[in-house]
Amino acid sequence: MSTRRITPNLFAMHGALILYVLIALFPVFVIVVNSFKSRRAIFREPLALPNGDSFSLVGYETVLKQGDFFLYFQNSFVVTVASLFFILLFGAMAAFALAEYRFKGSTVMALYLALGIMIPIRIGTVAILEMMVSTGLVNTLWALILVYTAQGLPLAVFILSEFMKGVSDDLKNAGRIDGLSEYAIFFRLVLPLVRPALATVAVFNMIPIWNDLWFPLILAPAEEVKTLTLGSQVFIGQFVTDWNAVLSALSMAILPVMVLYVIFSRQLIRGITSGAVK
Amino acid sequence: MGRIRWHVVVFLAPAVLVYTAVMIFPLFDTLRLALFNAEDKARIFVGLANFKRLFLDPIWSEQFWNALANNFWFFLIHMLVQNPIGIALAALLSSPKLRFAALYRTAIFVPTILSFVIVGFAWKLILSPIWGIAPSMLDAVGLKSLFAPWLGKEEYALTTLALISVWQFVGIPMMLIYAALLSIPEEILEAGEVDGITGLSAFWKIKLPLILPSIGIISILTFVGNFNAFDLIYAAQGALAGPDFSTDILGTFMYRTFFGFQLQLGDPYMGSAIASAMFGIILIGVCIYLFGIQRRLRHYQF
Repeated sequence: MSTRRITPNLFAMHGALILYVLIALFPVFVIVVNSFKSRRAIFREPLALPNGDSFSLVGYETVLKQGDFFLYFQNSFVVTVASLFFILLFGAMAAFALAEYRFKGSTVMALYLALGIMIPIRIGTVAILEMMVSTGLVNTLWALILVYTAQGLPLAVFILSEFMKGVSDDLKNAGRIDGLSEYAIFFRLVLPLVRPALATVAVFNMIPIWNDLWFPLILAPAEEVKTLTLGSQVFIGQFVTDWNAVLSALSMAILPVMVLYVIFSRQLIRGITSGAVK
Repeated sequence: MGRIRWHVVVFLAPAVLVYTAVMIFPLFDTLRLALFNAEDKARIFVGLANFKRLFLDPIWSEQFWNALANNFWFFLIHMLVQNPIGIALAALLSSPKLRFAALYRTAIFVPTILSFVIVGFAWKLILSPIWGIAPSMLDAVGLKSLFAPWLGKEEYALTTLALISVWQFVGIPMMLIYAALLSIPEEILEAGEVDGITGLSAFWKIKLPLILPSIGIISILTFVGNFNAFDLIYAAQGALAGPDFSTDILGTFMYRTFFGFQLQLGDPYMGSAIASAMFGIILIGVCIYLFGIQRRLRHYQF
């Protein structure tokens, strides 16, 4: 193998990528840096880093005192985790049925479930709201959980059944000979084996659910069920003159997705490169 | 024969029930609602009258065609700016000699995970003439005269928002193309190298044809995503999609119509009609992709 040398070509490539990284991160930098500065410093030198003179946590204090950020955060967390749980459980069960058993109408069923991959669920919003109102689920977290579960299922079934087709038949048949029920085969043999695929599906669904603004706005706008995204949207509207508070609120909203992303990014990349969405 | 295997039913039931009840049924119910209207609180069947109003009544059609045209422009910018940049970044990242590729990839993907609220506000702040980050930065390179309140002017606002959206989502085409480039068999590239096809010409002559199916998928994802967009415009410009509706797209138009805003009363029936129109547009796009593009692309697969 030849040693790595910085050729002019490679130099240009790094240059282009670094330039793009700066473009990608600049707005995040501006928000987070200014959230730690005093009001005057924000306006005088928006691009400077906070120093002993300009450092201030007054924005964070305001947000933590006035906003219901912990409640919003908790709501977002509950909705995201519950939706992911149902997407994975129901999606994996259906994927197993489609991958494992031949039955009358199995192709039609697979096609029926795949329909939703291309059709955005938002198109049905008017009827969804009507349904949630008539069942009394409006302004509950259940409304959001149900919608996100339905939204995530088609792609989950599609990806997971591809993976489940790859699980060896010998293993399952050995289980059957040992007297395991079909449920035990699914939960104890197959599910642990497709764990990487489950993680991929979870990561794909996590960020859009966490960041969604449309359904919280329409189905659950009440104060006690507001999600973090909707909460920070409303907060910006009310406190638009309190720059410290707004910038701190936004920085706090960035933090959880960043943490999740750092934890799961490797799985996301592995999922994409292993052809989960090809 | 005819014996029901109950475990199959049990495995399928939860997914099929939730999906049918919360997605498929509301979808068709929305299409059905588009054929009704309210009169003295009673729901009456009006056939295609709502669509006639939407397409032909000057008050409605002006807004509808404006939103549709804006939506096409929004989509076009994504196709012309986002996808080529995404492909170029993926091509750079997939070069085997490049170090720190994972680091670059992660950093470039960061905007994609941010919520629209953060993205909308951050760019409003940067581009605001009052706060002046953009003007003072342009001043530093001697281009201050180029500055304009891009989000506040009718002629620029939509393009600016589309570019912000491009900035946010360029990570998705980048990742998908990156994966496609990695899956090209080494032998094909080596065979090309033997024939003297390397560097840029290897990209144009060998890799690009091989990743055309992925580019097709990205195009249809961009299409569906853009004709379903709402959040960024709402977060940055509000439900009125200002200035003077110049950034109104189908998503914001449907929200305003269905939910009502300020002096306008919400109208679920006209909202359903707009949703049905969006459904039709997305369906046409998906069909063109499935029957027109994907079939032709199959030749390139290996």
